[in-house]
Amino acid sequence: MSTEPLSLLAPDGTFTAHAGPAGPAGPFGPAELRALHRDMVMTRRIDTEAIALQRQGELGLWPSLLGQEAAQVGAGRAATPRDVVFPTYREHGVAWCRDVDPVSLLGLFRGTTLGGWDPASNNFQLYTLVIGAQTLHAVGYAMGIVRDGDVGTGDPGRDRAVLVFLGDGSLSEGETNEAFVWAAAQSLPIVFFCQNNQWAISSPYSVQSRVPVAQRAQGFGFPGVRVDGNDVLACLSATRDALDSARAGNGPTLIEAFTYCRNPHTTSDDDGRYRSGSENDAWAARDPIERLRRHLVSSGAADAAHFAKLEAQERALGERLRTGCRALPDPPPDSSFRNTYVDLPAELAGQLSEHTEFVAAGQEDAR
Amino acid sequence: MSPTAMAHALNAGLRRAMEDDDRVVLIGEDIGRLGGVFRVTDGLQKDFGDLRVVDSPLGEAGIVGSAIGLAMAGYRPVCEIQFDGFVFPAMNQIVTQLAKYRHRAEGRASLPVVVRIPVGGGIGAIEHHSESPEAYFAHTAGLKVVCPSSPQDAYDLVRQAVRSDDPVVFLEPKRSYWRKGELDLDAVPAPVERARVLRAGDDVTVVTYGALVPVALEVARICAEEGRSAEVIDLRCLSPIDDATILDSVRRTGRLVVAHEASRTAGLGAEIAARVQDRAFYSLEAPVQRVTGYDTPYPPSRLEEDWLPGVDRVLDAVDRTFEH
Ligand SMILES: Cc1ncc(C[n+]2csc(CCOP(=O)(O)OP(=O)(O)O)c2C)c(N)n1
Repeated sequence: MSTEPLSLLAPDGTFTAHAGPAGPAGPFGPAELRALHRDMVMTRRIDTEAIALQRQGELGLWPSLLGQEAAQVGAGRAATPRDVVFPTYREHGVAWCRDVDPVSLLGLFRGTTLGGWDPASNNFQLYTLVIGAQTLHAVGYAMGIVRDGDVGTGDPGRDRAVLVFLGDGSLSEGETNEAFVWAAAQSLPIVFFCQNNQWAISSPYSVQSRVPVAQRAQGFGFPGVRVDGNDVLACLSATRDALDSARAGNGPTLIEAFTYCRNPHTTSDDDGRYRSGSENDAWAARDPIERLRRHLVSSGAADAAHFAKLEAQERALGERLRTGCRALPDPPPDSSFRNTYVDLPAELAGQLSEHTEFVAAGQEDAR
Repeated sequence: MSPTAMAHALNAGLRRAMEDDDRVVLIGEDIGRLGGVFRVTDGLQKDFGDLRVVDSPLGEAGIVGSAIGLAMAGYRPVCEIQFDGFVFPAMNQIVTQLAKYRHRAEGRASLPVVVRIPVGGGIGAIEHHSESPEAYFAHTAGLKVVCPSSPQDAYDLVRQAVRSDDPVVFLEPKRSYWRKGELDLDAVPAPVERARVLRAGDDVTVVTYGALVPVALEVARICAEEGRSAEVIDLRCLSPIDDATILDSVRRTGRLVVAHEASRTAGLGAEIAARVQDRAFYSLEAPVQRVTGYDTPYPPSRLEEDWLPGVDRVLDAVDRTFEH
């Protein structure tokens, strides 16, 4: 099996030999290329603003995706609105593609919510912090799609699939491996999109496995595809193909987007303890946004006016995130009690009145 | 003797345990080069090598399951679970294998495995990083469960846990990691299963453990100003529970408040209250009061301050014991 990742757009912004008019890059028109570039720019802006907000004490923590924009936007844009997406905690770019209000991404990290959005309204599930857990939920959702008869009908308005995100580290969790077994055994309409950013906090991928990520799918009985995770076109086209195949009833695919997160694991992490800055520099030279920008410029698909407009949009997004973050309301003190069960049990109702009295007394004292 | 943070005391305790016994092996996520996310194992891989300090693949069932196998092979593994909320993938190994092995082997074999878990809230963390899972473990026969509240106890207990032939779930209160206290590396440690009276008193007994110990001491200080004398007991060992120390105190004070961060229902407080009413019923002047986290999942951090038992709530509970 070739471990050379599929690449359509080289770091210098030129199409590779895989591309060409007959190749997978054929269908990408200038408007789509501009849109993908915009998605990545806006995603990075969300990330940069969130890091700044964390530094200012407005967020407790932020898991940055710097360098993973192409993987997330490519995969995110490959899904149709009817497909269902299961993220980890780092999929801010996918959330952007699913039209989740970026301000609502901040609540979880500000401590105002454990969720932040309605998982049903954009077919974008809640972030999952427990490594690997969401892979099995994706399996179950795909089982539901099969039972609904929404797979393999050939009707594009009907067929749907599940796109689930995972990291290279999560491949070691038993639950992830169970998800692979279930998806393969039932030939489920599911695409596992693994962003191999090469590190699970301080553990390089060599701690997890001796074979490339994509190759692991073979042993479970479904195809694995390796793509250049910093090439948005490769990520988009590979994920589109895999989702098409899943919707058509051909079962799961594992996509490995080979990439690198140029920021520490989260804002709490100190990556100077375990990896070198030169590795980071090498990946900065393969920046996913810069390569598409180069292409847009050299191909004439975008001019200075376009970039100026984009910059204004970016600034507006930054402003909206800053004010939106500070305006995120604290949850009402009774919310935890009311959201735990459908009907409040008597004992918990008692605890709630105890709590309400206590909070009220505290506010009284503060006055 | 010098003021030391609990994280450093744990590090010193683990280092000492590894020096004392070359069969001690540490296993966990990011415990090697990084030194663990709380730096408790800082420098140990550098000094003892990667066969003794193992950066594990990302899987908690693997960490505890392989520790069980290592113990069967004669080693004394110390597992690190990165956060409280991430122990659950290992629950199968802990509950069905680790806890039961000695019983299944009819006492012929033991599994000297330590499972270290940072626990508790109050640090403004995101979901799954603030939980108090002790009751699950205390409810599981075959496990010892300990929870130090001071650097000295952390140092002593971790060494004792490593030497224990019973499996030990070792809970480290995150809020206390960077609180400093005196540490004597050669002090003679108290027995693991002994609760400690941290402040003597006559009117009411406050039993707690871990991060709430300083809260209870503050409560006792305020009580003293109000003319009430509160005895503070640090449980230290949550399973088995040192009934004798608690009963002795309650027989003198007649009043008991138990405080813990974990949810109320079927928590440690319930167990202690049941034992006390059973064994010291006629000494009680008032019903036993519990001050606990509520029966909800741990809330978003913006709400945690009011959710967690603090000085005011414990004081209110003390007041209630005087209403009778
Ligand atoms: C079950 C579980 N164990 C441990 C953790 C702590 N943890 C959070 S992220 C992480 C590394 C994840 O690495 P990877 O899956 O490669 O994703 P990345 O963070 O690199 O995107 C770990 C160990 C967790 N969240 N869940």
